[in-house]
Amino acid sequence: MTPIHAVAGVGLAALVLYAVLGGADFGGGVWDLLATGPRAARQRGAVAAAIGPVWEANHVWLIFTIVLLFTCFPAAFADIATGLYAPLTLALVGIVLRGAAFVFRNYAADVPALATSWTAIFGVASLAAPFFLGDAVGALATGRYAWGSAFALCVGVFAVAVCAQVAAVFILADIADDDVRGDFRRRAVRSTIAVWILGALPAAVAAVTEPHLFASLLRPFALAAIGAGVVAGLVVIVLVSARRDTAARVAVGAEATAILAGWFGAQAPDLVPGRYTYSAAASSSSMIVAFLVATALGAIVLVPSLALLFRVFKSGARSERA
Amino acid sequence: MDHVIAARAQMGASLAFHIVFAALGVGLPLLVFICEGLWLRTRDRAYYDLARTWSKGMAILFAIGAVSGTILAFELGLLWPGFMRYAGGIIGLPFSLEGFAFFIEAIFIGLYLYGWDRLSPRAHWLCALPIVISGPVSAGFVTLANAWMQMPTGFRIVDGRVTAVQPLVAMFPQPWKVQVTHGTIAAYAFTGFVVAAVCAVAWLRGDRRAVVLAGLRVAMVVAAIAVPTQIVSGDVSARFDAEHEPVKFAAMEVVRHATRGAPLTIGGIPSAGDIRYALEIPKMLSFLVAFDFDAVVRGLDAVAPSDRPPVAPTHLSFDAMVGSGFFMLAVALVWVVATWRKLAMSRFLAVAITVGGFAALVALEAGWFVTEFGRQPWIAVGLQRTTDAVTSAPNLEVAFYGFTLIYIVLGVTCAWLLRRVGHAHEPPSDPVVAGPAAA
Repeated sequence: MTPIHAVAGVGLAALVLYAVLGGADFGGGVWDLLATGPRAARQRGAVAAAIGPVWEANHVWLIFTIVLLFTCFPAAFADIATGLYAPLTLALVGIVLRGAAFVFRNYAADVPALATSWTAIFGVASLAAPFFLGDAVGALATGRYAWGSAFALCVGVFAVAVCAQVAAVFILADIADDDVRGDFRRRAVRSTIAVWILGALPAAVAAVTEPHLFASLLRPFALAAIGAGVVAGLVVIVLVSARRDTAARVAVGAEATAILAGWFGAQAPDLVPGRYTYSAAASSSSMIVAFLVATALGAIVLVPSLALLFRVFKSGARSERA
Repeated sequence: MDHVIAARAQMGASLAFHIVFAALGVGLPLLVFICEGLWLRTRDRAYYDLARTWSKGMAILFAIGAVSGTILAFELGLLWPGFMRYAGGIIGLPFSLEGFAFFIEAIFIGLYLYGWDRLSPRAHWLCALPIVISGPVSAGFVTLANAWMQMPTGFRIVDGRVTAVQPLVAMFPQPWKVQVTHGTIAAYAFTGFVVAAVCAVAWLRGDRRAVVLAGLRVAMVVAAIAVPTQIVSGDVSARFDAEHEPVKFAAMEVVRHATRGAPLTIGGIPSAGDIRYALEIPKMLSFLVAFDFDAVVRGLDAVAPSDRPPVAPTHLSFDAMVGSGFFMLAVALVWVVATWRKLAMSRFLAVAITVGGFAALVALEAGWFVTEFGRQPWIAVGLQRTTDAVTSAPNLEVAFYGFTLIYIVLGVTCAWLLRRVGHAHEPPSDPVVAGPAAA
């Protein structure tokens, strides 16, 4: 394994963590937007209690991924940032507004007009951010930054569905209120089915409009990843139905890993299909090694800190303040 | 709007907005850490209420700081891909380490803000310590990258390509000590004065609770230590610039030609080749630079006109920073004397501290303007011009107006909510004295 492979692996791991942890935060916002019926307020409360202490730390995985990209693959970073200027700017607006809205509505809870409008902004921005990030990924996969293409837009919709599914599974284990937990249990099952349907959609579109991309999806590694993702989804449904909520988190994490590893594997050895391979985009080997050393040193402080955060707030024990 | 101007305006607006939250993100955790520590030691309820109230403010400010910092991470690529293509592989190390420092901040902010009832009082207090440390560390790492833009190092260029990159050398370019020192102390001086000003305003409005005066005292102690230190660090920085970044220094001090016995030029309106209405102190600049009234100060004409920074904004920002700094120093001294002599809080002092809070904002922003205007027309001095780094993406002015609107909405909402947090007269929930052990 070369240092470039190692960095690509670190990048994949960071993206998986962002997709699972950050994705759960986005999806929480989507469920906030979709909160309806007599338990709407309690559903929103469960979302807020689950993501409150952790969303800022989860969000740093995105920053880490950006830094990795411009440190280790600066040429590809510049090319991607130029080609995907529009969807990345729109995703950025979503990320900014949802983060701000989340704290604003908490602190303006007793001013109905403000709380309602910032809650609406939180929900819409939580939907927009993963949509445009997914769209950017789809556009990158086309190799021509076609962010308005049917394929890229379908990947955006798929990303929203995955976030909603991950959120439903992750929040489930934290909810004390039995009725609301029942709501999220149903949502976890339904959104897993939605992920299957909306995951088949971009593949079907690619078969018609993106022949190169579709061919890469038929490579053995990609097919295996898709299969693993579907199986992980089935396991999610089984575990959630059996009330094994903490184990279901692992299964949904495996599903996200399969999706992202499948994407990386289908494109390999290209970082941007047809434009940059990893090695063509790489910075000097001294920088890549320095980055890996910095990551290893950083992990020494990061891992125990994250473990403490999740042990205090996400131990799977029902929070008494849901 | 011109393409490059639109990009610079957006980057400038983003940094001008973020720097306020970044500085408070460095300084405020220290104030909260001090107050909660004083509460644990003295059991004086005022300190508990301060820690509780300020940590609510910290929650809002940190969230806005985190999202506005994210904007900057994106904008490096969205606005300046030409620069990142060139420099990303050279200055990535401080950014990578900054990522981890930011992680630690975000993790312990979560533990601190949501852990009041879940952790033992002592464990909770100790959760503030990693924030107190990682705040200045992460700001310092970002400043290292800025120092590299001023004096790029740690690589070679062969046939127009970057080679022989030495990440650790690039991480510590020559100005790193002066810039990191000056930038870090600025955060404490700013936070101390702004928080003291908030307390002073409450006092002027008739809120005479012990908690208001206790808050003012803690904040002014930090400010009174930081401001004089900052003046010394500013002097060291200016003399560093005179020696190593003479063109920027010439723009700061309006030195057009190499001059023996150069005068110190204060204020004025610089125009092409001239300056009007300025106060000039003969030979003073030479003395400040070299402790010699007849020393030679290098001028802007040392480089071609196309390589010179814009004089008016650089010089006026510099004077605004220095002027505000000395005003803050005077207020801090008056406060120290008044406190030493156990004088009661006076209207005069409260007004002075309030104005000092605004001066602190001016000093923070103007100081950063000096660095950025003084580096122009380069994005990385001697290597790449700002005009060569900008993106080719169209319609940049749309994004500039859009993000400006977002900053206005966020800034106004944030200010309004902070005011409410401060005005919440019902005391925060009672302290947990015998809390659960750390989970």
